[in-house]
Amino acid sequence: MSDLSLAFDAALTLVATGDETLSRIILLSLQVSISAVLVAALVGLPLGALLAVARFPGRHGIIITLNALMGLPPVVAGLVIYLLLSRSGPLGSLGLLFTPGAMVIAQALLIAPILAALSRQVLEGLWEEYAEQLRSFGAGTWRAVPTLLWDGRFALLTVLLAGFGRASAEVGAVMIVGGNIEGFTRVMTTAIALETSKGDLPLALALGLVLMAIVLAVNAAAQVARDAAVRRAG
Amino acid sequence: MRAPVSHLPLVATQLRYAAGGVAILHGLDLAIEAGPPLVILGPNGAGKSVLLRLLHGLIVPTGGNVTWSGEPGRPRGAMVFQRPVMLRRSVLANAAYPLKLAGQPRAARHAAAMAALDRVGLAGLATRAARRLSGGEQQRLALARAEATGPEVVFLDEPCASLDPAAARAVEAIIAGIAGRGAKVVMTTHDLAQARRLAGEIAFLHRGRLLEQAPAATFFSAPSTPEAAAFLRGELLA
Ligand SMILES: Nc1ncnc2c1ncn2[C@@H]1O[C@H](COP(=O)(O)OP(=O)(O)O)[C@@H](O)[C@H]1O
Ligand SMILES: [Mg+2]
Repeated sequence: MSDLSLAFDAALTLVATGDETLSRIILLSLQVSISAVLVAALVGLPLGALLAVARFPGRHGIIITLNALMGLPPVVAGLVIYLLLSRSGPLGSLGLLFTPGAMVIAQALLIAPILAALSRQVLEGLWEEYAEQLRSFGAGTWRAVPTLLWDGRFALLTVLLAGFGRASAEVGAVMIVGGNIEGFTRVMTTAIALETSKGDLPLALALGLVLMAIVLAVNAAAQVARDAAVRRAG
Repeated sequence: MRAPVSHLPLVATQLRYAAGGVAILHGLDLAIEAGPPLVILGPNGAGKSVLLRLLHGLIVPTGGNVTWSGEPGRPRGAMVFQRPVMLRRSVLANAAYPLKLAGQPRAARHAAAMAALDRVGLAGLATRAARRLSGGEQQRLALARAEATGPEVVFLDEPCASLDPAAARAVEAIIAGIAGRGAKVVMTTHDLAQARRLAGEIAFLHRGRLLEQAPAATFFSAPSTPEAAAFLRGELLA
């Protein structure tokens, strides 16, 4: 058997036996990325909805900026948060650098623009349909925001899943602000990078397989949510 | 149900509206008092839908004004659009939505919305997704939703336009019920038979001008303009 297939065998064994190191890394990855999605959603979704309904000076500039930030390289997001959280940085006293908290913040920074830009696109179409009816009910712009967020909930779920996919697949931001500390801040992507360079292919492959499975599951879930959105739309 | 303080009459004075440089309404005077339904008649493109939107306060006139009991107040009344928008929610949540905006507590607004649904025969479909309803059911839901807050004036734009005869009859009965509780119905229709059945008063609109406003009986038996007479004979199409 070749080295590769040996490594593959070992990887499958790690997955099948629920290896503890492997499980801890997976669990932390999910915790960090899900938390990052929730934090980013708190800012990104209302911002997207507001941009969909409100017309104000500077709106166009914000939309262009968000679209540009959608392509923000993860290492840059990591660097920005690193500078903010480093001991001499403005938020250094919080002592967050090289903790899971810092990783959540970096990933949230990375995906908040994605959530805002995508939710604006989704909700703009809904607003076009709803605007006159809501105005007839006496709902102003501010009141329309929660209504759109709720009525767009299935479409927004696909937006959240896109954010989660991006967060769980990135390596640069969590590497810089988390430091890839074993048992503490090591997540799937940073572990794959490290184990591959160390030559521990079984662990890297096992993590790669799990990461693939998660990404596929997220995409399937997004498809289900899209179908549900279409069905609800009638 | 009725508001204790009346905001009628609703008066339009020298009402003008233009869009994209094209004049649609050319200085229109109209007074709407409490009483049986006012039906706005006129050929396609006469400006009926624009007039309803102006009266409801959805769009701002290019000239002239709209007053409620003498005051240029905020938009009032409820409106059912020609194609009502069904919120992506249950039938009950749709009917309760205006009450939610009005700040009613959950239990109270659900009770009121259920009562409104019951009056249009939709109580049994309360938990369904509104957008899965048939066209006639959606129209009845839109009427229940407009009625949920018990508005003093209900604007209806072609409420039966795309309905089959059975659904149209059901909607007509609901409209009669709205008028029956004392609300003022202001509606457009292209169906003369329906106008005869429902109208207490007719406003006849032609090319952005109000040519006649008269009690229904007078309008149908002795229209005072050649345009209205031609329209009643089915000869005036635009
Ligand atoms: N927003 C708008 N922009 C341009 N033209 C409009 C607009 N709304 C209505 N119109 C025009 O105004 C005229 C009257 O429209 P409408 O009130 O819908 O007629 P009706 O309801 O009597 O059939 C039509 O010629 C229509 O094309
Ligand atoms: Mg019309």
